[in-house]
Amino acid sequence: MAKIIAGVGTAHVPAIGAAVDHGKQNEPYWQPFFEGIAPAREWIKDIKPDVCIIVYNDHASAFSLENISTFSIGVAPEFQPADEGYGPRKVPPVKGNSEFAWHIAESLILDEFDMTICNEMPVDHGLTVPLSIMYDQPEAWPCEVIPFCVNVIQYPQPTANRCYQLGKALRKAIDSYDKDITVAVFGTGGMSHQLQGERAGLVNKEFDIDFLDKLVSAPEALTSVSHTKFLRESGSEGIELIMWLIMRGAMDAEVEEKYRFYHIPVSNTAYGLTILENKV
Amino acid sequence: MSISREPRDYDDIPGTYVFDGEHSRKGYHLNMFCMSLNKAENRDKFRQDEAAYLQQFPMTEEQRQAVLERDWLGMLRLGGNIYYTFKIAIFDGLSMQQAGAAMSGNGMTLEEFQQMMLDGGRPIKGNRSKADKSK
Repeated sequence: MAKIIAGVGTAHVPAIGAAVDHGKQNEPYWQPFFEGIAPAREWIKDIKPDVCIIVYNDHASAFSLENISTFSIGVAPEFQPADEGYGPRKVPPVKGNSEFAWHIAESLILDEFDMTICNEMPVDHGLTVPLSIMYDQPEAWPCEVIPFCVNVIQYPQPTANRCYQLGKALRKAIDSYDKDITVAVFGTGGMSHQLQGERAGLVNKEFDIDFLDKLVSAPEALTSVSHTKFLRESGSEGIELIMWLIMRGAMDAEVEEKYRFYHIPVSNTAYGLTILENKV
Repeated sequence: MSISREPRDYDDIPGTYVFDGEHSRKGYHLNMFCMSLNKAENRDKFRQDEAAYLQQFPMTEEQRQAVLERDWLGMLRLGGNIYYTFKIAIFDGLSMQQAGAAMSGNGMTLEEFQQMMLDGGRPIKGNRSKADKSK
């Protein structure tokens, strides 16, 4: 049977992808960041998940305002990097797992989470930057990936509680898949940041640290954080943190935080990384 | 942008344009113009004649002017969403930090914005609400 072996929370700041792609890792601005994520790269080499389900948001690449889907899942065998205006990132194509993705889609919908099912979708930095963070620059990504996309751009985003409950349903879907594969779930985006308006550059370290703490030991407390609280306290784009709750919902109630790294600034944001494993 | 709906609790967050239904409705064509810049051939056409290119989209004249003048705050006020309007910044070769400095609305330079980020970002203290900010 499929087995969930880890949950990862990480921001997906595009500048990190650009720093990897253009070899800036040793520049003074980036050096502390890449040093901070190094233990995560070692960790994933050790546990080697067969499949990563990456919960992320599309940034007007595959989707636009033409059709706004709250939750989408990519069921294709392969996904190409999107052109976000600079030409596509020169990273390997992302290999999917069509059979497993369809199993998840069917399980979630029967469980009353009405997913949008995507056979064609380019994947943007929201998905490829977390891969670069964990795997650096391989010839081919060493895992299969199921893109799991959440609308966080158009208000109202799904509630924190809805995301957490979806995570629980995702866990049921993983547990009921009859192939012997190991699975990691990534919740990406955040942490506190605001890209727009006169308040651009907003960072709220206190909010972020409290979120990281509660994510481990009191995730239910985060499910009642309102849209306005996220917008006000973590910045208009900090609301991406709801995606971390899908990951957390998929984990056991009791988890162990294997690693945490928090760093300000990465571009206009506060960067956070957490690695969770179920307690044995 | 005039707001025709009932007040909401997030309206008092300063310097923040919440992309709700009202905003999305007003900004649809502006944002879809921005979306078109994902394609290299459209970027080329926009580069050749910006004003002519904008005529293809049923935007308001005010929205077209805001694009031509790269009035980043103006675009947000007219229904633009940052992930869309940032595509124009990408087209111009600007970084998110340059866009952030330009949107700060107080003449902040790129260097000042970068320093603010290095110093821990724009503080939440004094920026939670409009009342908070005026203190």
